Amino acid sequence: MNQQRLIREIFSGNAVIPIFAVLASFVFGGILIAFANEDVQEASGYFFARPMDTVTAVLNSVFGAYDALFRGSIFNYQAATPQAMIKPITETLAFATPITLAGLGLAVGFRSGLFNIGGQGQIIFGAMFAGYVGLSFEAPFLIHMPMAVIAGLIGGALWGGLVGLLKATTGANEVVVTIMFNYIALLLLTYLLKTPVFQAPNQVNPISSPVAESSRLPAILGDGFRLHFGLIIMLAMVFVVWWLLYRSSIGFQFRALGFNPNAARTAGVNIPLTYVLVMAVSGSLAGLAGASQVLGADKQLTVGISATFGIDAITVALLGRNNPFGVLAAGILFGGLRSGAVLMQANQGVPVDIVLVVQSTIVLFIAAPPLVRALFRLPKPKAVQA
Amino acid sequence: MKQSKKTPIALAILTFLTALIVPAVAGDDIEIQIATKTDLFPIPNLLFPAQGFVIFLAVVMVAIAVWSFYLTLSKNQKTPLLATVFFGIAFVSSVLVWLFAGATMTITTLLAGSLALAVPLIFGSMSGALSERVGIINIAIEGQLLAGAFTSAVVASITDSVILGIIAAMLAGVLVASLLAVFSIKYLVDQIITGVVVNVLIIGLTSFLFSTLLADNITVLNQPPRFERISIPVLGQIPILGPVLFNQTLIVYLMYVAVIAVFLALFKTKWGLRVRSVGEYPKASDTVGIKVFRTRYMSVMIGGAFAGLGGSFFTLGQVGAFGKEMTNGAGYIALAALIFGRWNPIYAAMAALLFGFAQNLQYAVQIVGSPLPSEFLLMLPYVLTVIAVAGLVGKVRGPAAAGKPYIKS
Repeated sequence: MNQQRLIREIFSGNAVIPIFAVLASFVFGGILIAFANEDVQEASGYFFARPMDTVTAVLNSVFGAYDALFRGSIFNYQAATPQAMIKPITETLAFATPITLAGLGLAVGFRSGLFNIGGQGQIIFGAMFAGYVGLSFEAPFLIHMPMAVIAGLIGGALWGGLVGLLKATTGANEVVVTIMFNYIALLLLTYLLKTPVFQAPNQVNPISSPVAESSRLPAILGDGFRLHFGLIIMLAMVFVVWWLLYRSSIGFQFRALGFNPNAARTAGVNIPLTYVLVMAVSGSLAGLAGASQVLGADKQLTVGISATFGIDAITVALLGRNNPFGVLAAGILFGGLRSGAVLMQANQGVPVDIVLVVQSTIVLFIAAPPLVRALFRLPKPKAVQA
Repeated sequence: MKQSKKTPIALAILTFLTALIVPAVAGDDIEIQIATKTDLFPIPNLLFPAQGFVIFLAVVMVAIAVWSFYLTLSKNQKTPLLATVFFGIAFVSSVLVWLFAGATMTITTLLAGSLALAVPLIFGSMSGALSERVGIINIAIEGQLLAGAFTSAVVASITDSVILGIIAAMLAGVLVASLLAVFSIKYLVDQIITGVVVNVLIIGLTSFLFSTLLADNITVLNQPPRFERISIPVLGQIPILGPVLFNQTLIVYLMYVAVIAVFLALFKTKWGLRVRSVGEYPKASDTVGIKVFRTRYMSVMIGGAFAGLGGSFFTLGQVGAFGKEMTNGAGYIALAALIFGRWNPIYAAMAALLFGFAQNLQYAVQIVGSPLPSEFLLMLPYVLTVIAVAGLVGKVRGPAAAGKPYIKS
């Protein structure tokens, strides 16, 4: 009886929802993979003659794909050298770095009740500012690199803070403004990459020169790996954001605003100022993601510098329940999906786009616990039951 | 109550911008071609000295701006809408003259191209209007358009029928809309999150299916027939308007109908009154016996059908095949048009036309070689929307209950 209650407690709690959400999404992804697989299509043509053929083909396609996903993201047991074996996990962390940084930023916004959809634009501004410092002069590494990183932070903070300022002064809805700002930032970057401000000399393509050696984030595992100092910054930021949100008085004001703006105002929180601050902090973290990309990963400024990290960051923040450590875990999970998908496409012919499907279904399931409970026939939590 | 000084200040800023343009106008003359071969009667090309024309327009703008200041400050009156409209026309014209100075500007090509680009935006903003008026924020327009584009391409290719293609597109739009509706109405998930995530899902799904199924079977699955041009007799021969508005494909005519239908449905029918009341104050609506949930599902899903239809324009109307992420943010511009049009279908359609015009201008000026980088023209819809939501041009207020799930107690 007691044990039964314990099991019931575990399965009705909120902790298991993310696990089941991930599980359900992988099952959904598996269905898609099997559906699109050629062997499965062929075998299903004579399903009624030899049904086992179809079953085998389905299992082969799904396990083949997920095996490749595992080998591409965590540990490649088929690789020849030990170095190649551990390379996947470092790739995962390399992808996780910008996603988590931007995710932390958006989490700060969400926690404070501000829907910052503008990660994409803030990453771009961070990358532009960091790139500008990295491109325009040479300086000793210990001065240049931190300067470039901080420039990225400032760039993101300005672009984000502007949204906060608009909201504070005119009441403009931050969702709409950030969506529009994403496009404005991208077009501005595209324009600047065609002007001498950023465009490499003798280039027709919108692409910059490599940033100065002295401004780059150094590789932390040698040149064989993509992992760079941005990872350390990202991990440090997890703690900084945790401290900011849960241990500082300003973070308390942020959360108060998110919890109940009216109560926060009554308690003496300066709401307009807090809007600006939240958006600036949120944007600065996304800006760091941009700096990490331009100074560490790509080492030059391109139109695609922000990839889809700003969108991934939304899902990461939601999956991590806007908690810094949750965001880190979610960032590593989605980083793993990204990195594993590369091998999955090369090896099994499963397009990387499957990652988007799995990612978005995870978030939909997470956001709707009753749906997950219904799917897996989990017991309802006590409060609702009573 | 004191009148807000925002309008005259905005006019003053734009006038100042035009004044900046005047010395920059290069080239001697601008030639404007109005006529097309099918017109009822011929019209000669117009020839203006470019700089003089801009100066004239700037003078008109100064006059309107000064008048607006006078009305606001001394008379405490609003600036009439008509004056603002005239001002807008003068401003756009001065930019056009600047861009096309020393070249020929073909009005019909410019306008027809704008209309084409605006079609999916208008359908998208109809979806937004139906959804947001009932209280569900619709970020998922992008996903609805993309799903419509994909489905219509596949179905029209298989069946070789444009009509079946657009019906399938509408169903796809409804499906995506119902996803948005179920998650935000039944599961009370935040509507913005749902919208963003649904978009990612649809981008992922369509791209995945494109790479796995469509890419290998292009001839069977991704070679749809295209809409044919239908010219309406007499109307199609009116100068300027004829070739632009009445020598179009089926979907464009459907778009005219859609805008009028959505406007009438929302503002002139009992159903529309219910929709709007649910979007403003669901609890009160529930109290008087309106079925809040059913109204929300209905309106959101009908909206999805419009957006799906709009999506088919990308494949059956323009490109003739589906491509990955081919909607390319049109859903977000449609959302922008809706907000810029203050959640009114007619205004939203006009905003979408303006945005289509800005996008099309980009192509037009590339041909004549423009002093203005195309990126800035493309930025226009987004900048205007930010200006609109920041309340710099009049008050923009959406439906009061948009974004809030209704919990029946």
